[in-house]
Amino acid sequence: MNPASSRSKNTLAPRDRMKVPRQFMPEQPAEERAHNFKEVNLGYSSELAQQEALRCLECAKPTCTDNCPVGIDVKEFVQRIVIGDFLGAAAKIREANVLPAVTGRVCPQEDQCEGKCLLSKKVKPLGIGYLERFVADYEQRMGTHIVPKVQSSGKRVAVVGSGPSGLTVAGDLIQKGHKVRVFEALHEIGGVLVYGIPEFRLPKQIVREQIDYMRQMGVEFETDVVVGRTVTIDELLEEEGYDAVYIGTGAGLPQFMDISGEHLNRVYSANEFLTRINLMKAYEFPAYDEPMLDLHGKHVAVIGGGNTALDAIRSALRLGAEKAYVIYRRSDAEMPARAEEVHHARQEGIDFQMLTAPVEFLSDGKGWLQAAKCVRMELGEPDASGRRRPVPKAGSEFELPLSVAIIAIGTTANPIVQSTTPGLDTNKRGYIQASETTQRTSREGVFAGGDIVTGAATVILAMGAGRRAASSIHEYLTSGKW
Amino acid sequence: MFKIIHAQFLAPGIKRFVIEAPRIARKQKPGQFVILRVYEEGERIPVTIENSDSEKGTINIVVQSAGKTTTLLNSLQTGDSILDVVGPLGKPSEIANYGTVVVVGGGVGTAMAYPTAAAMKRAGNRVLSIVGARNKELVILEKEMRAVSDALMITTDDGSYADKGFVTDKLRQLIENGTRIDLVVAIGPIVMMRAVSEVTRKENIHTVVSLNPIMIDGTGMCGGCRVLIDGKSEFACVDGPEFDAHKVNFEVLVQRNSIYRVAEQKSMEEYKHSLDHACAVEGEKR
Repeated sequence: MNPASSRSKNTLAPRDRMKVPRQFMPEQPAEERAHNFKEVNLGYSSELAQQEALRCLECAKPTCTDNCPVGIDVKEFVQRIVIGDFLGAAAKIREANVLPAVTGRVCPQEDQCEGKCLLSKKVKPLGIGYLERFVADYEQRMGTHIVPKVQSSGKRVAVVGSGPSGLTVAGDLIQKGHKVRVFEALHEIGGVLVYGIPEFRLPKQIVREQIDYMRQMGVEFETDVVVGRTVTIDELLEEEGYDAVYIGTGAGLPQFMDISGEHLNRVYSANEFLTRINLMKAYEFPAYDEPMLDLHGKHVAVIGGGNTALDAIRSALRLGAEKAYVIYRRSDAEMPARAEEVHHARQEGIDFQMLTAPVEFLSDGKGWLQAAKCVRMELGEPDASGRRRPVPKAGSEFELPLSVAIIAIGTTANPIVQSTTPGLDTNKRGYIQASETTQRTSREGVFAGGDIVTGAATVILAMGAGRRAASSIHEYLTSGKW
Repeated sequence: MFKIIHAQFLAPGIKRFVIEAPRIARKQKPGQFVILRVYEEGERIPVTIENSDSEKGTINIVVQSAGKTTTLLNSLQTGDSILDVVGPLGKPSEIANYGTVVVVGGGVGTAMAYPTAAAMKRAGNRVLSIVGARNKELVILEKEMRAVSDALMITTDDGSYADKGFVTDKLRQLIENGTRIDLVVAIGPIVMMRAVSEVTRKENIHTVVSLNPIMIDGTGMCGGCRVLIDGKSEFACVDGPEFDAHKVNFEVLVQRNSIYRVAEQKSMEEYKHSLDHACAVEGEKR
């Protein structure tokens, strides 16, 4: 069977497409970028993008789309790149994804679209993320966003939280004619995209541009509102007249390890460390007032193996750390971080201490961290997560001299909305209970999605929940039926 | 932007701002606070709410100059604006009829103790208030505290006003006189709260303190404000700011609040320097 469709604009035979190598993403040299906060990946040129697009096999049943949490029509947008219709490609993506410049940079493509790419059975998968990023950036450079005109439905929706899932809900619903207002607790819009993910992986200017576009579409934003404290869900529904509310408040309280010495000075949660750097621009201290420790010549370790852990330690490196360690209790295979980030981090000289866990933080006697007592692990039987459980090796304790330790082992549910919204059901771990298909909660007119429902996950999964929620909110608003 | 409707010094270095913040004014309860950011490059700092007026849509905050941000804030005047004000944050004080409640306010902490004293009074308690300050000039809200208290005792460290001594002297006197005390609420400098806590621990008097650790977002996200309560980490912004004083590890609180001392001093020096420079330039113009 010839996988190329009859209307394909790709003149290469499928056999020849496989001979085109995956186009390399230009990047800042590792030794240079390890000392600055500028973006690591520089982006495809249109030549590189078109060359890469030629590799698509144009499968009759594209598994890439099936494996995309927001269901982007990959085959179609890639075909448009082949013929040089980059704006058309961007428009195609936007039908499913309101933040293409973001997801093109931060999605774990290897677990999603690219992971199921037919090419990967023989050669490297199509660079779908790189292509998505290319067309989104192209569209931005051209400044030719088409703002769709829609008939007003007269309905109003409040979105709580301006992270990836809230923005997705807002972007989808505004295009269906509903009035949308997004409430944000912090002073800047974007949630984890602005406080969590560092500049070198996702420039804040990109986020601001995407949000400006949403403003042009008519989405309203109100910062400095902590829903649950400043205003409650019930007040939004009853007093402020919203017809529906979407809760996308994100990951919650940072988890600590409950080991001795965790309260010492210079032991951080990854959220605090990253918030100081990303949201508060502490790396520009004293031009910005938020203080940061001077990390020059210091030994810094992050505990954890996710994207947050890598973001934190790579930031520490850029702030001048002399030694930068990742301490992870399992092995490479279990690391949840994006493959590209692990690769980049290794290039930059991050020291990965795998199968290792701290058991105690040691003080200098004056309340400041001096070292971590660690133990080596080996993998035993699989645990509840399906990953092999790390077991400490007897007698393997050692001391690692450290000035700064950053804990990045996950989060627990933030209780503010749940505890101030009567009748809103939560699960055992305190997260909001919502239907996996409609994102409906136990309260009529109230929907929820993203990390506040699932626990910490990825940007794109939160966006997927946002998409489902938007379509189910639209249905609720038009049918009036719960 | 949050407009300053009125700004007035209560004491040298301590200023009260009436700020237009209708959403916060509507919800504020005693014991809660706001986080503010003065300008674009500014840091986020937690600040005490002294009072609010839900009809006028205003809140009162009281700020004491200490570092750059508070000094800058206190240079703002009526008609100026603050870029971000978010709140009310933290759990409200647990107001109930306990019987006799001693409310202790130390320095600028008196501004946060005041709404709690007023609410305790309204709840039917006998309210005995103790206000402490370094000297006469720094005693704030005396009239307001008197109006909501069955008795008001004032101490100054140097004896320049009322009785010379510390708030703990007054508290001890009350205990020694056999006053039945059902609850002590103490809000002020850490050393004062720790001292109050030591006095009441011996007597087994339930005591609540309001903690002021370093904080960024104020919604539980960053974990910077973690405090050790009964050996466990809790977050002052969502679990507090009020905690059972006898379970608080004050030593860790003092230690953690010192993390950025060097950076804070640098920030303050540069700010002072820029002010001096601005003054010099201004002088040359004249």
